[in-house]
Amino acid sequence: MSIDKRIVDDLVANHVSFITTVPCKQLAGVIDEVEARPEIFHIPSNNENEGMGLCAGAWMGGKRPAIIMQNTAIGVTINTLATLTQFYRMPLPMLISYRGELREPVACQVEMAVHTKALLDQLHIPTYHFHKESDADELDAILKYTFMCNKPVAILTDASFWGGYGDQ
Amino acid sequence: MIRSEILRDIAPILRDQLVVCNIGLPSQELHMIDDQPTNFYMLGTMGLSSSIGLGLALAQDKLVISIDGDGSVLTNLGTLPTIANNVADNYILMIIDNGSYGSTGDQPTYAGMKTKLEKVAVACGCENVVVCQDLDTGKVLQAAIDSKKMTVIVVKCDSGNIKLPVITMDPVVIRDRFMKAVAS
Repeated sequence: MSIDKRIVDDLVANHVSFITTVPCKQLAGVIDEVEARPEIFHIPSNNENEGMGLCAGAWMGGKRPAIIMQNTAIGVTINTLATLTQFYRMPLPMLISYRGELREPVACQVEMAVHTKALLDQLHIPTYHFHKESDADELDAILKYTFMCNKPVAILTDASFWGGYGDQ
Repeated sequence: MIRSEILRDIAPILRDQLVVCNIGLPSQELHMIDDQPTNFYMLGTMGLSSSIGLGLALAQDKLVISIDGDGSVLTNLGTLPTIANNVADNYILMIIDNGSYGSTGDQPTYAGMKTKLEKVAVACGCENVVVCQDLDTGKVLQAAIDSKKMTVIVVKCDSGNIKLPVITMDPVVIRDRFMKAVAS
Protein backbone atom coordinates (compact mmCIF):
# COMPACT_ATOMS: atom_id res chain seq x y z
CA MET A 1 0.00 0.00 0.00
CA SER A 2 1.31 3.49 -0.78
CA ILE A 3 2.33 5.74 2.10
CA ASP A 4 -0.28 8.28 0.96
CA LYS A 5 -3.04 5.71 1.35
CA ARG A 6 -1.67 4.50 4.68
CA ILE A 7 -1.67 8.03 6.09
CA VAL A 8 -5.23 8.74 4.96
CA ASP A 9 -6.39 5.32 6.18
CA ASP A 10 -5.14 6.24 9.64
CA LEU A 11 -6.94 9.60 9.46
CA VAL A 12 -10.19 7.91 8.45
CA ALA A 13 -9.79 5.17 11.07
CA ASN A 14 -9.53 7.93 13.68
CA HIS A 15 -12.72 9.58 12.40
CA VAL A 16 -10.98 12.63 10.97
CA SER A 17 -13.61 13.85 8.54
CA PHE A 18 -12.78 17.53 7.88
CA ILE A 19 -9.40 18.30 6.35
CA THR A 20 -8.09 21.60 5.11
CA THR A 21 -5.02 21.79 2.92
CA VAL A 22 -2.67 24.19 1.22
CA PRO A 23 -0.81 22.86 -1.80
CA CYS A 24 2.50 21.02 -1.37
CA LYS A 25 4.54 18.93 -3.76
CA GLN A 26 5.57 16.38 -1.13
CA LEU A 27 2.07 16.06 0.26
CA ALA A 28 0.35 16.15 -3.15
CA GLY A 29 -0.36 12.42 -3.07
CA VAL A 30 -1.90 12.64 0.41
CA ILE A 31 -3.98 15.63 -0.66
CA ASP A 32 -5.24 13.72 -3.72
CA GLU A 33 -6.13 10.81 -1.48
CA VAL A 34 -7.95 13.11 0.96
CA GLU A 35 -9.92 14.55 -1.94
CA ALA A 36 -10.84 11.07 -3.16
CA ARG A 37 -12.21 9.74 0.12
CA PRO A 38 -15.97 10.06 0.62
CA GLU A 39 -15.51 9.94 4.42
CA ILE A 40 -13.60 13.25 4.35
CA PHE A 41 -14.80 16.76 3.58
CA HIS A 42 -11.79 18.39 1.90
CA ILE A 43 -11.65 22.18 1.94
CA PRO A 44 -8.59 23.87 0.46
CA SER A 45 -7.51 27.06 2.30
CA ASN A 46 -5.91 30.21 0.97
CA ASN A 47 -3.63 30.34 3.97
CA GLU A 48 -3.08 28.28 7.08
CA ASN A 49 -4.62 30.80 9.51
CA GLU A 50 -7.87 30.55 7.66
CA GLY A 51 -7.45 26.77 7.65
CA MET A 52 -7.04 26.66 11.43
CA GLY A 53 -10.17 28.80 11.80
CA LEU A 54 -12.12 26.38 9.62
CA CYS A 55 -10.81 23.45 11.69
CA ALA A 56 -11.81 25.17 14.96
CA GLY A 57 -15.35 25.64 13.66
CA ALA A 58 -15.60 22.11 12.32
CA TRP A 59 -14.47 20.65 15.63
CA MET A 60 -17.04 22.68 17.56
CA GLY A 61 -19.57 21.36 15.05
CA GLY A 62 -18.74 17.78 15.97
CA LYS A 63 -16.22 16.79 13.29
CA ARG A 64 -12.62 15.82 13.85
CA PRO A 65 -10.41 18.14 11.78
CA ALA A 66 -6.86 18.08 10.48
CA ILE A 67 -4.66 20.51 8.56
CA ILE A 68 -2.09 19.63 5.92
CA MET A 69 0.53 22.32 5.39
CA GLN A 70 4.23 23.15 5.05
CA ASN A 71 6.53 24.02 7.95
CA THR A 72 6.77 27.63 6.76
CA ALA A 73 3.19 27.93 8.01
CA ILE A 74 4.37 27.66 11.61
CA GLY A 75 5.74 31.17 11.11
CA VAL A 76 2.40 32.30 9.72
CA THR A 77 0.13 30.72 12.33
CA ILE A 78 1.80 31.24 15.71
CA ASN A 79 -0.84 33.73 16.83
CA THR A 80 -3.69 31.48 15.72
CA LEU A 81 -2.17 28.42 17.40
CA ALA A 82 -1.72 30.34 20.67
CA THR A 83 -4.92 32.42 20.79
CA LEU A 84 -7.41 30.05 19.15
CA THR A 85 -6.32 26.40 19.09
CA GLN A 86 -4.47 26.39 22.41
CA PHE A 87 -6.37 29.11 24.28
CA TYR A 88 -9.74 27.40 23.68
CA ARG A 89 -8.08 23.97 24.03
CA MET A 90 -8.89 22.38 20.70
CA PRO A 91 -7.34 19.33 19.03
CA LEU A 92 -5.59 19.81 15.70
CA PRO A 93 -3.38 17.25 13.99
CA MET A 94 -1.01 19.14 11.69
CA LEU A 95 0.51 16.98 8.97
CA ILE A 96 3.46 19.07 7.91
CA SER A 97 5.82 18.89 4.98
CA TYR A 98 9.21 19.61 6.58
CA ARG A 99 10.99 21.52 3.87
CA GLY A 100 14.60 22.60 4.23
CA GLU A 101 15.95 19.32 5.63
CA LEU A 102 18.46 16.89 4.05
CA ARG A 103 18.08 16.60 0.23
CA GLU A 104 16.43 20.03 0.04
CA PRO A 105 17.27 21.78 -3.28
CA VAL A 106 15.95 25.28 -2.37
CA ALA A 107 18.20 27.23 -0.01
CA CYS A 108 15.50 29.56 1.24
CA GLN A 109 13.54 26.62 2.66
CA VAL A 110 16.38 25.98 5.10
CA GLU A 111 15.84 29.40 6.67
CA MET A 112 12.49 28.33 8.15
CA ALA A 113 13.57 24.71 8.68
CA VAL A 114 16.15 25.81 11.25
CA HIS A 115 13.44 27.58 13.24
CA THR A 116 10.68 25.00 12.90
CA LYS A 117 11.40 22.73 15.85
CA ALA A 118 12.43 25.62 18.08
CA LEU A 119 9.15 27.41 17.40
CA LEU A 120 7.09 24.26 18.00
CA ASP A 121 9.04 23.67 21.19
CA GLN A 122 8.50 27.26 22.33
CA LEU A 123 4.75 26.79 21.71
CA HIS A 124 4.78 23.53 23.72
CA ILE A 125 3.35 21.70 20.74
CA PRO A 126 3.97 17.93 20.83
CA THR A 127 6.10 17.24 17.76
CA TYR A 128 6.85 14.02 15.89
CA HIS A 129 9.39 13.81 13.08
CA PHE A 130 8.87 11.22 10.31
CA HIS A 131 12.25 10.54 8.67
CA LYS A 132 11.87 6.91 7.56
CA GLU A 133 8.73 5.33 6.19
CA SER A 134 8.39 3.07 9.22
CA ASP A 135 8.05 6.20 11.39
CA ALA A 136 4.52 6.50 10.01
CA ASP A 137 3.63 3.40 12.04
CA GLU A 138 3.09 5.83 14.93
CA LEU A 139 0.54 7.99 13.12
CA ASP A 140 -2.45 6.10 14.51
CA ALA A 141 -1.18 6.57 18.07
CA ILE A 142 -0.36 10.24 17.41
CA LEU A 143 -3.90 10.91 16.20
CA LYS A 144 -5.40 9.16 19.23
CA TYR A 145 -3.11 11.23 21.47
CA THR A 146 -4.14 14.48 19.75
CA PHE A 147 -7.86 13.92 20.30
CA MET A 148 -7.24 12.64 23.82
CA CYS A 149 -5.46 15.80 24.99
CA ASN A 150 -7.17 18.47 22.80
CA LYS A 151 -3.94 20.06 21.66
CA PRO A 152 -2.41 20.96 18.33
CA VAL A 153 0.14 18.28 17.47
CA ALA A 154 2.79 18.56 14.74
CA ILE A 155 3.84 15.69 12.47
CA LEU A 156 6.91 16.80 10.50
CA THR A 157 7.52 14.73 7.38
CA ASP A 158 10.87 15.41 5.75
CA ALA A 159 12.24 14.76 2.24
CA SER A 160 13.89 11.49 3.25
CA PHE A 161 10.51 10.22 4.44
CA TRP A 162 9.03 11.07 1.05
CA GLY A 163 11.99 9.64 -0.88
CA GLY A 164 13.62 12.89 -1.96
CA TYR A 165 12.68 15.50 -4.51
CA GLY A 166 13.27 13.50 -7.68
CA ASP A 167 15.13 15.27 -10.48
CA GLN A 168 15.05 18.83 -9.17
CA MET B 1 -26.29 53.86 14.24
CA ILE B 2 -23.06 52.48 15.64
CA ARG B 3 -22.29 48.75 15.92
CA SER B 4 -23.46 48.36 19.52
CA GLU B 5 -26.84 49.90 18.62
CA ILE B 6 -27.20 47.43 15.73
CA LEU B 7 -26.34 44.49 17.98
CA ARG B 8 -28.92 45.67 20.52
CA ASP B 9 -31.45 45.97 17.71
CA ILE B 10 -30.88 42.46 16.31
CA ALA B 11 -30.25 40.66 19.63
CA PRO B 12 -33.75 39.07 19.61
CA ILE B 13 -32.96 37.53 16.20
CA LEU B 14 -29.47 36.38 17.19
CA ARG B 15 -30.71 34.86 20.46
CA ASP B 16 -31.97 31.63 18.88
CA GLN B 17 -29.02 31.15 16.50
CA LEU B 18 -25.43 29.96 16.70
CA VAL B 19 -23.32 33.12 16.54
CA VAL B 20 -19.57 33.38 16.06
CA CYS B 21 -18.64 36.89 17.12
CA ASN B 22 -15.61 38.89 16.13
CA ILE B 23 -12.73 39.75 18.48
CA GLY B 24 -12.71 42.81 20.70
CA LEU B 25 -15.59 45.22 21.11
CA PRO B 26 -18.16 43.29 19.02
CA SER B 27 -17.86 40.26 21.34
CA GLN B 28 -17.81 42.47 24.43
CA GLU B 29 -20.93 44.27 23.24
CA LEU B 30 -22.82 41.09 22.39
CA HIS B 31 -21.77 39.58 25.72
CA MET B 32 -23.12 42.61 27.59
CA ILE B 33 -26.33 42.94 25.55
CA ASP B 34 -27.44 39.30 25.54
CA ASP B 35 -24.99 36.66 26.71
CA GLN B 36 -26.07 33.24 25.44
CA PRO B 37 -24.45 29.79 25.35
CA THR B 38 -25.09 29.94 21.60
CA ASN B 39 -22.58 32.78 21.30
CA PHE B 40 -18.94 31.95 20.59
CA TYR B 41 -16.88 34.95 21.64
CA MET B 42 -13.52 35.38 20.00
CA LEU B 43 -11.02 36.66 22.56
CA GLY B 44 -8.15 36.79 20.07
CA THR B 45 -7.17 35.83 16.53
CA MET B 46 -8.37 38.79 14.48
CA GLY B 47 -9.85 37.85 11.12
CA LEU B 48 -11.05 34.31 11.73
CA SER B 49 -14.71 34.80 12.69
CA SER B 50 -15.84 34.07 9.13
CA SER B 51 -13.61 30.98 8.89
CA ILE B 52 -14.69 29.53 12.24
CA GLY B 53 -18.32 30.14 11.31
CA LEU B 54 -17.94 28.51 7.90
CA GLY B 55 -16.22 25.46 9.38
CA LEU B 56 -19.02 25.15 11.93
CA ALA B 57 -21.73 25.50 9.27
CA LEU B 58 -20.10 22.87 7.07
CA ALA B 59 -19.80 20.43 9.98
CA GLN B 60 -23.43 20.42 11.14
CA ASP B 61 -26.91 21.49 10.04
CA LYS B 62 -27.89 24.36 12.36
CA LEU B 63 -27.79 27.92 11.08
CA VAL B 64 -24.57 29.78 11.87
CA ILE B 65 -24.16 33.56 11.81
CA SER B 66 -20.64 34.97 11.79
CA ILE B 67 -20.53 38.56 12.93
CA ASP B 68 -17.46 40.16 11.40
CA GLY B 69 -16.09 43.63 10.78
CA ASP B 70 -14.72 45.31 7.69
CA GLY B 71 -11.23 45.48 9.20
CA SER B 72 -11.29 41.82 10.16
CA VAL B 73 -12.46 40.71 6.74
CA LEU B 74 -9.65 42.74 5.19
CA THR B 75 -7.23 40.91 7.52
CA ASN B 76 -8.44 37.54 6.19
CA LEU B 77 -9.57 38.47 2.69
CA GLY B 78 -8.84 34.93 1.49
CA THR B 79 -11.93 33.84 3.40
CA LEU B 80 -14.32 35.16 0.73
CA PRO B 81 -13.23 32.80 -2.09
CA THR B 82 -13.34 29.90 0.35
CA ILE B 83 -16.87 30.83 1.40
CA ALA B 84 -17.96 31.30 -2.22
CA ASN B 85 -16.62 27.93 -3.31
CA ASN B 86 -17.88 25.91 -0.33
CA VAL B 87 -21.54 26.84 -0.22
CA ALA B 88 -23.24 26.17 3.12
CA ASP B 89 -26.86 27.29 3.01
CA ASN B 90 -26.91 27.33 6.81
CA TYR B 91 -24.31 30.09 6.89
CA ILE B 92 -24.65 33.86 7.04
CA LEU B 93 -21.66 36.19 7.15
CA MET B 94 -22.70 39.56 8.50
CA ILE B 95 -19.99 42.18 8.04
CA ILE B 96 -20.59 45.28 10.11
CA ASP B 97 -18.87 47.82 7.93
CA ASN B 98 -18.21 51.04 9.79
CA GLY B 99 -15.10 51.84 7.77
CA SER B 100 -12.87 51.73 10.81
CA TYR B 101 -10.91 49.54 13.19
CA GLY B 102 -13.22 50.12 16.16
CA SER B 103 -11.43 48.15 18.85
CA THR B 104 -8.16 49.97 18.36
CA GLY B 105 -9.50 53.51 18.28
CA ASP B 106 -11.42 53.93 15.02
CA GLN B 107 -8.49 54.17 12.65
CA PRO B 108 -9.85 54.17 9.07
CA THR B 109 -9.89 50.92 7.05
CA TYR B 110 -9.56 50.71 3.29
CA ALA B 111 -13.20 49.56 3.27
CA GLY B 112 -14.05 53.06 4.43
CA MET B 113 -12.09 54.47 1.50
CA LYS B 114 -12.04 53.02 -2.04
CA THR B 115 -12.55 49.30 -1.32
CA LYS B 116 -16.10 47.96 -1.39
CA LEU B 117 -16.33 44.62 0.40
CA GLU B 118 -19.67 43.81 -1.22
CA LYS B 119 -18.00 44.04 -4.63
CA VAL B 120 -15.07 41.96 -3.41
CA ALA B 121 -17.50 39.29 -2.19
CA VAL B 122 -19.30 39.22 -5.54
CA ALA B 123 -16.00 39.09 -7.42
CA CYS B 124 -14.94 36.15 -5.24
CA GLY B 125 -18.04 34.27 -6.35
CA CYS B 126 -20.42 34.79 -3.42
CA GLU B 127 -23.91 34.49 -4.88
CA ASN B 128 -26.13 36.22 -2.33
CA VAL B 129 -24.56 39.49 -1.29
CA VAL B 130 -26.82 42.08 0.33
CA VAL B 131 -25.85 45.61 1.32
CA CYS B 132 -28.00 47.37 3.86
CA GLN B 133 -28.08 50.41 6.06
CA ASP B 134 -27.86 50.07 9.84
CA LEU B 135 -31.57 50.63 10.45
CA ASP B 136 -32.55 47.78 8.12
CA THR B 137 -30.19 45.17 9.60
CA GLY B 138 -32.86 43.19 11.46
CA LYS B 139 -35.15 43.00 8.45
CA VAL B 140 -32.33 41.97 6.10
CA LEU B 141 -30.92 39.43 8.56
CA GLN B 142 -34.32 37.83 9.08
CA ALA B 143 -34.84 37.66 5.31
CA ALA B 144 -31.46 35.95 4.93
CA ILE B 145 -32.37 33.42 7.63
CA ASP B 146 -35.73 32.76 5.96
CA SER B 147 -34.12 32.37 2.52
CA LYS B 148 -32.11 29.31 3.65
CA LYS B 149 -29.40 30.41 1.24
CA MET B 150 -25.83 31.24 2.16
CA THR B 151 -25.76 35.02 2.37
CA VAL B 152 -23.15 37.70 2.87
CA ILE B 153 -24.63 40.85 4.42
CA VAL B 154 -22.64 44.08 4.47
CA VAL B 155 -24.14 46.47 7.01
CA LYS B 156 -23.13 50.08 6.50
CA CYS B 157 -23.08 52.01 9.74
CA ASP B 158 -21.37 54.76 11.69
CA SER B 159 -18.03 54.44 13.37
CA GLY B 160 -18.04 54.63 17.15
CA ASN B 161 -17.79 52.67 20.35
CA ILE B 162 -19.22 52.47 23.83
CA LYS B 163 -17.18 51.88 26.96
CA LEU B 164 -17.54 48.39 28.37
CA PRO B 165 -15.50 45.78 30.20
CA VAL B 166 -13.51 42.94 28.66
CA ILE B 167 -14.90 39.40 28.77
CA THR B 168 -13.40 37.56 31.73
CA MET B 169 -15.09 34.21 31.07
CA ASP B 170 -12.55 31.45 30.58
CA PRO B 171 -12.12 30.54 26.89
CA VAL B 172 -12.60 26.83 27.58
CA VAL B 173 -15.90 27.63 29.33
CA ILE B 174 -17.02 29.74 26.35
CA ARG B 175 -16.09 26.92 24.00
CA ASP B 176 -17.54 24.12 26.10
CA ARG B 177 -20.95 25.69 26.63
CA PHE B 178 -21.03 26.67 22.95
CA MET B 179 -20.30 23.09 21.87
CA LYS B 180 -23.07 21.84 24.16
CA ALA B 181 -25.46 24.35 22.58
CA VAL B 182 -24.37 23.22 19.11
CA ALA B 183 -24.95 19.58 20.00
CA SER B 184 -28.26 20.08 21.83
